[in-house]
Formats: sequence, C-alpha cells, structure tokens
Amino acid sequence: MKAFPLSVKNLLRNPGRTIALALLTAFLALSVFGGSVVVIALRSGLQSLEARLGADIILVPSEARSKVSFQNMFLQGTTGAFYMDASVTETAMQVPGVEKVAPQTFLASLKADCCSVKIQVIGIDPDRDFTVQPWIARSLTRELGDMDVAVGCKVEADIGEIIRIYDQRCKVVSRLESTGTGLDTAVYCNMDTMGILLSAAEAKGISHKLTSGDAVVSAVYVKVKDGYDIDAVNTALTGRLRKVTAVRTRSMMTGVSDSLAGVSRTITVMIVAVWVLALVILLLAYVMMVRERSREFAVLRLVGASRRMLGRMALLESSLCGLIGGIAGAAVAAVGIFSFSALIETSLGLPYLLPPLPVILLLAAGTILLSAAVSAVASAFAAWRLSRTDPGTALREGN
Amino acid sequence: MELRADQISKTFFRSTAGANYFFAVSPLSLQISSGTVTVLMGRSGSGKTTLLNMLSGILEPSEGKVWLDDTDLYSLDDRQLSRLRNGRIGIVPQARSALDALTVMENIQLPLKLYGSQAPEEEVSHWMELFGIEHLANAMPGELSGGELRRVAIIRALVQKPDILFADEPTGDLDDENTEKVLSVLRDYARQNQKAVFIVTHENDAQQYADRLLRMEKGQIFPVDAVAQGGSAGSSV
Repeated sequence: MKAFPLSVKNLLRNPGRTIALALLTAFLALSVFGGSVVVIALRSGLQSLEARLGADIILVPSEARSKVSFQNMFLQGTTGAFYMDASVTETAMQVPGVEKVAPQTFLASLKADCCSVKIQVIGIDPDRDFTVQPWIARSLTRELGDMDVAVGCKVEADIGEIIRIYDQRCKVVSRLESTGTGLDTAVYCNMDTMGILLSAAEAKGISHKLTSGDAVVSAVYVKVKDGYDIDAVNTALTGRLRKVTAVRTRSMMTGVSDSLAGVSRTITVMIVAVWVLALVILLLAYVMMVRERSREFAVLRLVGASRRMLGRMALLESSLCGLIGGIAGAAVAAVGIFSFSALIETSLGLPYLLPPLPVILLLAAGTILLSAAVSAVASAFAAWRLSRTDPGTALREGN
Repeated sequence: MELRADQISKTFFRSTAGANYFFAVSPLSLQISSGTVTVLMGRSGSGKTTLLNMLSGILEPSEGKVWLDDTDLYSLDDRQLSRLRNGRIGIVPQARSALDALTVMENIQLPLKLYGSQAPEEEVSHWMELFGIEHLANAMPGELSGGELRRVAIIRALVQKPDILFADEPTGDLDDENTEKVLSVLRDYARQNQKAVFIVTHENDAQQYADRLLRMEKGQIFPVDAVAQGGSAGSSV
C-alpha cells in the first residue's frame, strides 16, 4: 500500500478529522478567491469606466452644478439631463490643444417598454464620437441609423426588438458588453434620433429648457493633444465658454479610485488576516495531531516504511485535505459572488465588472492549489516530527 | 542467515535521577542462527524490549554493531535500513499495532503493499484460519479483542516471510490454547523454513519451544543455565 492509497484511506476513515481540516482550508479558499474576484472586479470596473469616458475633459452646463451628480450618472446609472447650446462643441474645438470633441445629449426616459424603471437615453454623434462608438463597434459593424438604438447589457431588450421611448418606436440593433458601470443601463442613439426623442419629450411637456428649435447637447468630451498641459487647456476652455463647467476626468476618477483603493485595502487586510489565522489554526491542528498519530506512524516504521515515505504520506494527506477544502471554498465563493453580484455592486456603489470566465477559472485553480500548498506547509513540521517517530517509544506510549 | 550483535549497549539519559545516564542494556554480544527459536525471558524493565528493538533495526545502539549476515544494520541509511527491515525482518510489537484506518486484511497486507507487492490471498487465508480469525478479514481493528489483534500482528509479520522474526510478548493477550498454537506456529516457521525466531516473553510456557533460552536482568543477559547456577552474566551468548 503506497503513500497515496493509504493517505486516501486515512482521510476517508477519519471523516471528522478530514472535514474539520478541510473546513479550515475551505474558509481560507473562500476568502482568498472571493476577495480576489471582488478586488479584480472593482479594478476592471474602474478601468472600464476610464475607457468608456475616454476623454481628458468633459464639458457640462454649469447647471449640472456638481461633478458628483454627474459622476453618479456613470457609476450608479441614475438618470438625469441638463443641456447647453450645441455650439459649445465647435467653440471647444477652436481652443488650442484640443484634439477631438464628442458631444452627447442626455434624456431621461419615462417608464419605457423595456424597463421597469426610467432609463438614460444618450445621443451620440457617430462621426465625432471617440468614447462610445468603439464600444458599440464591438457588437455592431455599422453606424447607428435613425431610430436605431444600442442598449446597455442591463437593459432588458433583445436585438430586433422595438422599444418605445416617448411613444417613439426605436429598434434595438445592438446589445453592448458589460462595463460594470451605470452606463450598462443606458440606451444609445444618434443625434438625429435624439432630436426626435427630445421633440417627443417636449410634446409631453418635458422641456429641455432651451429655446425650442435650438440644437442642444448635454456634455462634450474633449481629448487633449499630446504635449499639451491638460490643466491649461481646461482653464482655456473655462475662459472661452460661458455657463459651462470643464471637469477633468481624472479628478472625477480620483474619487472613484480612492473609494476603490479603500475597499481593496479592506478586502486585502481581511484576506491576510484570514490567511494568518487559518495558517496558525492549521499549524496547531497538525501539531496536536502528532501525538495522536505517532502510534500509527510507529507501526508503519516497524513494517518498513522509511522516514521519507512517512513524511510524504503526511504531506499528501494534508495536501489532499487542502485540495478538498480549496475546491469547496472556491465553489461556495463562486456561487456567492455570481448569485449576489448585483447586490455586491449596489452595496459597494462602485464600478464592478466581473472578470471573464478564463480569468475566474484561473483564479479558482490558483486558489485551490494555494489551499493545498498552505495545508502542506502547515503540516510540514508535524510531518517531520512524525517521520522522526521512535517506533518503540511511540508504541509503548500509545498503548 | 545469521544475526550477530557485537558488544551492543544502550544508555538513556535520565534527568530526574541526578542527570545520570543509565544502561538499559549493558554491552553484550549475541548470535542468532536460522532454524532456531531463541526465547529471552526476564522481568519488566530488564531491558528485553530495548534489546529486541536494537536487534531488529529500529533502535540504534549507543555502542556496538548489529550484523545481518555481512550487513552492518546501522551503517545503512534510513531508506536502505527500512527496505531491509521490510524484506528480511518481521516484528511483532508488544503494543497494539494495527492501523485503525485499515481492515484486518489490509493490515496484514500492509508490509508487502508498502513496496508494491501483495501476499497471495490463499496464503493469508491459511494463516488466518490457523489462528482462528478467518472471519475477521474485513473487520476494522476497533472491532477486535486484544487477543485477536495480537494474532493479526503475528500474521502480518509471517506473511513478510522474514529471515528473522522478532516477537515481543506474542502471547500476552492470549488464552492457553491460543498461546500454545502461536508458539508452535512460530517454532514450525523457524524449523521448516530455516528462519530464525526471537521471542521476548515473561511467560514460562515459551521455554519448551525454545532451542535456546536466555534471561535478562538489569540490562545484562545470561544463558538460563548460568542463572540457575547463580553464575555471572555472559557478555557473549
């Protein structure tokens, strides 16, 4: 009976001990895997938000007042609308250092067909847009046509479906990939469609507060040319444009980034604490087991097992225990994370984008291997002590 | 096969007795040949088990050497000595020695399976029938009495077909009938297979099965005749 079958029999025929040790490593795996996925999801969310914003400066009407509410539109998916004259786009383009400008117009829908809550409709100019268009291009090979809409992944509408916004029939031509931000609840259309929707909204008494007939935009995304100081361009834009606030996207991201750093730090500290605790408990458990199992190892020595064989057997047993615990812990964490993904996202209030499946599988595999390795390390001293068992003495004491 | 102990002794440190070392086994030489049964008798604490452990390769002597044919046991590294113990030396310890996680059959097969072989089932069945425990093949050690466990340990040593079999109080938990059976089986094993058997016991019944009878007192070994005649300890027997 070589080390492996004997280890397996030992584990199977001592279920209490096996379960207790596996539970400890399961706890470890759960915290490591769960914590890592949440931290990665938050980082991916932030990166996604940065990529989606994709601009150095965002111009919004001064009435938008605070960047916090503006920020909430992206992070929480809260609806809102504010408008300024569309000429802001051209004026901004004249400012030295400005490379690109991309206007967007917002409209908060009434309760739409597709959704149980209000949704944010965002009009883009496909010819100028450099933020949303690349994202749309991943799922739609052509530009958005009139009355076409692309919907965020959390909008319940399928491709080909017609949704009604302010009684206007819009055709869903694309579903966008998840960004982990509030943008996932938005609906995108071109500026012509937005014009129609604004008129329809006005007909229902929802005014965009500008003189009827004027073209309006809600925000203009500005990309600064390489070599120009973004702050200087920001100042120039503020000076040139009246009743317009220029917000540096980095400052908007800083708040999110700080929150994320805080959450990440907390999770990391928790993971480390669980690690240390689990390692100490495992170490104690294995050391306590030395006395209990010294008779068993003495018998094996008597019948010709070498010290190396015994050490290998002890390490194999603990690794198997760790493996079982690791698989259980990672499985529980995965079920929890996927089942309560929306709840986690809401309660954190931060961009949250789960990593793709291969990354999750890799993380799970890593966690499971780590659990086995930690168990092996924790039992190494005990394995060494057991392999040094003096059979004669151990048998007498154990009798 | 010949096992030879050459001036072996064992000292232990006893801190409670004024930091003194004491001789568990005083220097002695001993020779055990195949085809014989050697019985070592003596009171508890006389050093019998310590001597058995040294001779069987599980306790290194403080001084002296133990030779199995031309091999100095304690010059081997752990892996070599373990392999030799598994292949040529059988040990029936005094204490309960079955592994709780294995069935009786698995316990019996353990020494052979440790290195990837297996005793023929009919051979194991033969021994089990002989010792009256054939119905316990699939039982777990926790379900067995002390006497049954003792017989399992003896069979486990016998299936190894060792050149020399060491048995420490092999009849400790047995009734008279089983004591007689075990001792006669061990004697037959030695004589019919040209193997050596070394029995440590304090039971007088074992004397009649011995080709050679030794007595141990306070770490010193005597041929029984010498004890009876009040003679001095033999440093070489």
